[in-house]
Amino acid sequence: MNVLHFVEAFFSDSAHWHGYDGIPTRLLEHVQYTLMALGIAAAVGLPVGLLTGHTGRGGNTLALIATAARALPSFGLMVLMFVILGLGLAPVMIPLVVLAVPPVLVTTYEAMRSVDPAPVDAARGMGMSEAGVLLRVELPVALPLILSGLRSAAIQIVSTATIAAYVSFGGLGRYIVDGLYQRDYEKVVGGATLVAALALATLGVFWAAGRLAVSRGVRRSG
Amino acid sequence: MSELFDLPSDLQNSYLGLVALHLRIALLPVLAGLLVALPVAQLCVRLRWLYPPVLWVTTVLYAVPSLAFFVVLIDYTGLSELTVMIPLAVYSLVVFVPALVDGVRSVPRETLDAATAMGFGPVRRYLQVQLPIAAPAVIAGLRVASVSSISLVSVGMLIGNQGALGNLLNSGMIYHQPRLIWLSVVGTAVLAILVDAALILLRALVTPWMPKGAAR
Repeated sequence: MNVLHFVEAFFSDSAHWHGYDGIPTRLLEHVQYTLMALGIAAAVGLPVGLLTGHTGRGGNTLALIATAARALPSFGLMVLMFVILGLGLAPVMIPLVVLAVPPVLVTTYEAMRSVDPAPVDAARGMGMSEAGVLLRVELPVALPLILSGLRSAAIQIVSTATIAAYVSFGGLGRYIVDGLYQRDYEKVVGGATLVAALALATLGVFWAAGRLAVSRGVRRSG
Repeated sequence: MSELFDLPSDLQNSYLGLVALHLRIALLPVLAGLLVALPVAQLCVRLRWLYPPVLWVTTVLYAVPSLAFFVVLIDYTGLSELTVMIPLAVYSLVVFVPALVDGVRSVPRETLDAATAMGFGPVRRYLQVQLPIAAPAVIAGLRVASVSSISLVSVGMLIGNQGALGNLLNSGMIYHQPRLIWLSVVGTAVLAILVDAALILLRALVTPWMPKGAAR
């Protein structure tokens, strides 16, 4: 298989491990973009999803917004933002956040709606405040699904952040885009492998987060 | 008004031509993904142990960026539409398999037993009982897959103008014409929303027993 051959050649070349175009630098940049975009998307999507899910109102509006956001082409949006706003972090962040908000928003809403109403009613009957019901009953039960929404958002960001390289940004996409123009397939395949590995690591992080954050009672029933 | 849709001649297409091209490149892979996902999902429903590994494989494939897919495929399929279509088919497969498995599994046990008692064989039971009940889930998958496929086609521009409407992005950058970039972005979004609306209509047609406006 020549793909495997490319991978080996890329990673054994020590020139790829140092300097501003080295793997550690690019990896760090990529992780930074991902965390930033995911953080913004979560800050927007989680509260809105939790509140609409808790009250059960606005589900249709939410679905509409999510479809509209999904319909926007991330790559085109990035180029458009680049032309309008010029060089900067915003042209990269806006498409990534637009990409990540729908899965977070919709899954959080769905997760809150799918919580068994019996314990929620019981908590209300015991005189818990609405905030208490939301945070101490619904949220822990909905957590596994909410995490899965965040996870798919994170993976999409990791894989889409590669196109940031087209508008002269860093990250692992640099290897893929540069390699493409230089007809250097070793670089392309190496970059792709790194992105895939980063995505797998993201899966691992979310798996661990689920282990730590989801209460044992919820995990057993799910 | 007609000047708005004038394109540079190196794109070798009219605007409507690009739209048609875009639809073809985006939707054929979704169809292929659905055709592959049907038997795979059925296997996963039958053999329960198969589902987790299949989910893992599809998740990993989903994690590979489309651009990387394109570039690796160039070696085998050249700078062609096929190079763009294969990754899109793989991505839609990732959406379809869980949707189909959940849909088919959501069929109540009693319904299946009733069908068996009425003398339905496995094939007939699958086609006439399980698939219709799973139809809303399938169409939900179809919506997500086709909308994201339409928006992903644009990336094909990077491998030598194989991105249909996305090709306008590069020309817009080269000739400093933001108009072309707007045409690309808005055109793609409108296309995706129209296809989504068509699928909602289709769902209303294939599931006449569902209450109107109840499902999203």
